[in-house]
Amino acid sequence: MRANGVFADLIGQGPVVAELESAATAAARIVRGQAAAGMSHAWLFTGPPGSGRSVAARAFAAALLCGEGGCDRCPSCHQVMAGTHADLMLVRPDGLSYGVKETRNLVLRAASTPSGGRWQVVLFTDADRATEHAANALLKAIEEPAPRTVWLLCAPSAEELLTTIRSRCRLVTLRTPPAREIAAALVARDGVDPQAAMAAARAAQGHVGRARRLATDPRAARRRDEVLAVPGRLTGLGPALAAAAALVKAVEAEAAAIADELDGSEQEALRRAFGEGSTGKGVAKAVRGSAGAIKDLEDRQKSRRTRLKRDAYDRALLDLAAFYRDVLAVQSGADVDLVSAGHEADVAKVAAGSSPETTVRRIESVMTCRERIAISVASLLALEEMTLALAAG
Amino acid sequence: MLGTMPARAAADRTRTGLTLVVGEEDLLVERAVSGAVAAARGGPEISVDPEISADPARAAGPASHVDAPAGVAGAEYGPPVHDVAAGELALGDLAELTAPSLFGGECVVVVRGAQDASKEVAGELTGLAADLPSDVTLVITHVGGVKGKALLVALTKQDARVVECPKITRLADRVAFVRGEFRRFGRTVDESGVRALLDAVGTDLRAVAAACSQLAADTEGTVTEAVVVRYYRGRADTTGFAVADRAVEGKLADALELLRWALAVGVAPVLITSALAQSVRLIGRVASAPRGSSDAELASEIGAPPWKIDVARRQARGWTPDGIARALAVVAEADAAVKGESASPGYALEQAIRVIVACRAR
Repeated sequence: MRANGVFADLIGQGPVVAELESAATAAARIVRGQAAAGMSHAWLFTGPPGSGRSVAARAFAAALLCGEGGCDRCPSCHQVMAGTHADLMLVRPDGLSYGVKETRNLVLRAASTPSGGRWQVVLFTDADRATEHAANALLKAIEEPAPRTVWLLCAPSAEELLTTIRSRCRLVTLRTPPAREIAAALVARDGVDPQAAMAAARAAQGHVGRARRLATDPRAARRRDEVLAVPGRLTGLGPALAAAAALVKAVEAEAAAIADELDGSEQEALRRAFGEGSTGKGVAKAVRGSAGAIKDLEDRQKSRRTRLKRDAYDRALLDLAAFYRDVLAVQSGADVDLVSAGHEADVAKVAAGSSPETTVRRIESVMTCRERIAISVASLLALEEMTLALAAG
Repeated sequence: MLGTMPARAAADRTRTGLTLVVGEEDLLVERAVSGAVAAARGGPEISVDPEISADPARAAGPASHVDAPAGVAGAEYGPPVHDVAAGELALGDLAELTAPSLFGGECVVVVRGAQDASKEVAGELTGLAADLPSDVTLVITHVGGVKGKALLVALTKQDARVVECPKITRLADRVAFVRGEFRRFGRTVDESGVRALLDAVGTDLRAVAAACSQLAADTEGTVTEAVVVRYYRGRADTTGFAVADRAVEGKLADALELLRWALAVGVAPVLITSALAQSVRLIGRVASAPRGSSDAELASEIGAPPWKIDVARRQARGWTPDGIARALAVVAEADAAVKGESASPGYALEQAIRVIVACRAR
């Protein structure tokens, strides 16, 4: 069941695609000056991580801005996908939070008339990262936007936004895409071997991007193996402490690798923009003036680095939780697909050596660790608490 | 006229005219400089009164030309002293300072903070050091470290007297310093006296030196704890590590008292939880290490200095693996509490320490 046009990237979300397509059709009628029902001025896309919230929102934006309801071939569709469309404002908080000052700017710009004559679309991914002040600043704009302005907010769940924001938006709920459909998409789009695609899709537990990374990036797969090897090694105090230390090292290295890649190119671009490396009159002065801007950039990068680190920890911990979920499945004799493909032996060993009660307690301790890291408890300490609890059972 | 040089100028030819003072400990640097200057001016080569040399304006101040610095004994008629900061020298200033005067005679040039010297000045300084006029005594201070390292290396290659003044960080070094201070005043101090003084005054070496000289002036006989406590009370500073050490050693009362001091002098609660975590973690790793592994082996495996391993080994007595696991969980809980989960970080820390001590006893 594959949709066509811009919605093709949305995997396993049939009903949502149908709803968005009919809304886009209604929107096209409005653009032509005809009466139409089915279009709303503010949308909230929710769904589990990796289910394609922002993919859905972007596809919808493309459908609104395209003359043919999202053909995926015209310049407009390409510009939307590349993030360069003049009538599409992409807001992606990559730091820890999105502040009120930025939001006020956003509101102001969102009120402008679309230059292409169709819609002015504001696509706000991770809207849950907006601070409370920022969310309040959005209220008025979302309730009564300019006639041709459409707000598309994305968040993991509607509960993570203020009630007042939620009630002003039309809710689009994405489901966890079935592993089967993810695997099919990996085979069709990335040319992955069907068996490997299925394993990756299961391991990713419905997270499309992660499934693709696991199937195509050997480093990601190796890191996952490292994490999943942890439960088998927790035989006592010493190994538990060592495992926590190793986990911290692996996760920080992963996050640092991603962050370094992003940071380096940004700094270089900014320095070049200020004229570093060029010669001529006035260059020296311009370069001197760049210090402030570079400091700003560094602050933003630092915030993003923390975010990336936290995300990396979260991924590792979710893998670990999934491992114990498999253990519980084996222990209870449930007939479900195991997530921890390639680690069946470890799962069986842990399942045989403990009771279901212990497993539930262990899952709980992984979840506690996630919460601790989310409130900035020292990561090594939080992981040690967890590995010790896992070792104790 | 020109032929009648002062007698002293000819007498001192044997001494090397270049002194290099390397390190960050201001007080010791100051003393080394004063000593070198005094020696050059023919005074006795002793350090000066610490209270006078503790004048910060002179240590970090801008270039000043002092003809007779206070505190240098019997210096009224010695050669002039030029005291300059390297960072503020311009090209040529040094040449001007060291140029022979019409009447001949020696001069002493003190260049402070050589690491801040500009490239040109650094070159000039190296040149001067390599070919020092016989009537110039040159004293250069440098904080060590990476900044201006090339200059330091170039200067060390000269025939210089090098005085190292590294930052005093370890307790044993501080104790030795206090003992040395009292010895300078011809006094003795006992173990308890040293401890009381360091507890009360803190880690700032100038403050410690000042306290020592004050005590030496005001009291008689051996300096003991009772003597110190009469003049200095309370606790100037303490660290999360001190609190953590008491806690893992099972000294509940001490640990709680130190915790209160730490919070009172402004140690951040997160530093205390992180110190607690470090202590308990280290005990856990040392206690679970295979028997018979040496401190050095463990140090490289765990990534902590050997002396810390040694301390942890001693602290590990009385701990069980189960107790350690529980204690770490408590610390994690406390860390969450001080990072906003609880209304009172102080209470959370006290509670954590109580439980840690209880975990040990089990």
